[in-house]
Amino acid sequence: MDSPSTLDQLKQRFGERAWSYSENPQSPQSNRRIVVPAEQVFSYLEFLKEECGFDLLVDVTCVDYLYYRGAKDRFGLVYCLANTTTSERLIVRCFLNEPDLTVNSAVPLWEGANWLEREVFDMFGIVFDGHPDLRKILMPEEFDAHPLRKDYPLRGRGERHNFQRITRAEG
Amino acid sequence: MELTVPENVAITKLDWCANWCRKNSLWPMPFATACCGIELMATGASKHDVARFGAEVFRFSPRQCDLMIVAGRVVMKMLPVLQRIWLQMPEPKWCISMGACASTGGVFDTYCVVQGIDRFLPVDMYVPGCPPRPEQLIQAIIDLQDKIQREGTLNGREFLTPQRQQEKRALQIIPTGEVVSRPSPLPILTNSHA
Repeated sequence: MDSPSTLDQLKQRFGERAWSYSENPQSPQSNRRIVVPAEQVFSYLEFLKEECGFDLLVDVTCVDYLYYRGAKDRFGLVYCLANTTTSERLIVRCFLNEPDLTVNSAVPLWEGANWLEREVFDMFGIVFDGHPDLRKILMPEEFDAHPLRKDYPLRGRGERHNFQRITRAEG
Repeated sequence: MELTVPENVAITKLDWCANWCRKNSLWPMPFATACCGIELMATGASKHDVARFGAEVFRFSPRQCDLMIVAGRVVMKMLPVLQRIWLQMPEPKWCISMGACASTGGVFDTYCVVQGIDRFLPVDMYVPGCPPRPEQLIQAIIDLQDKIQREGTLNGREFLTPQRQQEKRALQIIPTGEVVSRPSPLPILTNSHA
């Protein structure tokens, strides 16, 4: 298992202070996380892909920590990476706060990030700088809220009732 | 004054005849978006066999259908599609809202799920259940046939305005649940033994 080597490589490249590492003691191989600064997330991802062999981007998602007990930051962005040669997995996280919700897009590294980042943009309003086509992917075009944010009401703000009513006479 | 009608001649109303034809050949438009769609398919399949009630010709083009069966939840992105399909169906047409989700939104009381299609479309029959059994859907089709027979007109006057529909409803006799005397299938008047 070359899992220590990934961490060693990261230490060599970025030093030991800039990022933090944690793992789930019950399954240390499958749930390893590093937390990196948001403005540098692209260089971390690029390094992990080019130098450490993480050739598969499994998922990009986000967590809203509003009202979360003890949370210091608002949004936690999550990149799940995998190395298809060694089956090594790594979760890269960074934290974002309003008003600056911009990170660099990972599309230049993995084409598969395209729709994943569009979903995060649609649901949370995170802006991915350099994304080739940052449009809504799930919600209708005229929808102007980000529904997975915790300050968005579960039942919406009336968008689901905002339609024309068709009667028998019109039909 | 005595009227004589030749033998083998039946007299009835044109509206009644049109309703009789319409109700026995409903062509459903299956708008199946969720698990109710599976029960809808079971209704059309051999075991439950909706062909016994003349509604077996499921068409996937709204222009060939006169009964829309909305089976499943409708989200706000799907509702404009649903309305467009409804508008594409030729008159006369009817709508069955099948299941809890189509009728009320069901358990999906969230920002994106429409809380009942009857907010935006006319609905004739509601089928409760999650999902309803095929028997319940068949019962809804039978009830819809009764409704078509009772209040249908040749040129669709019953669809014209809500006021007219209210007048129609006020004139209907509410079934008591006991023995209901329905009008005979074809009111025949002949000169033979009358």
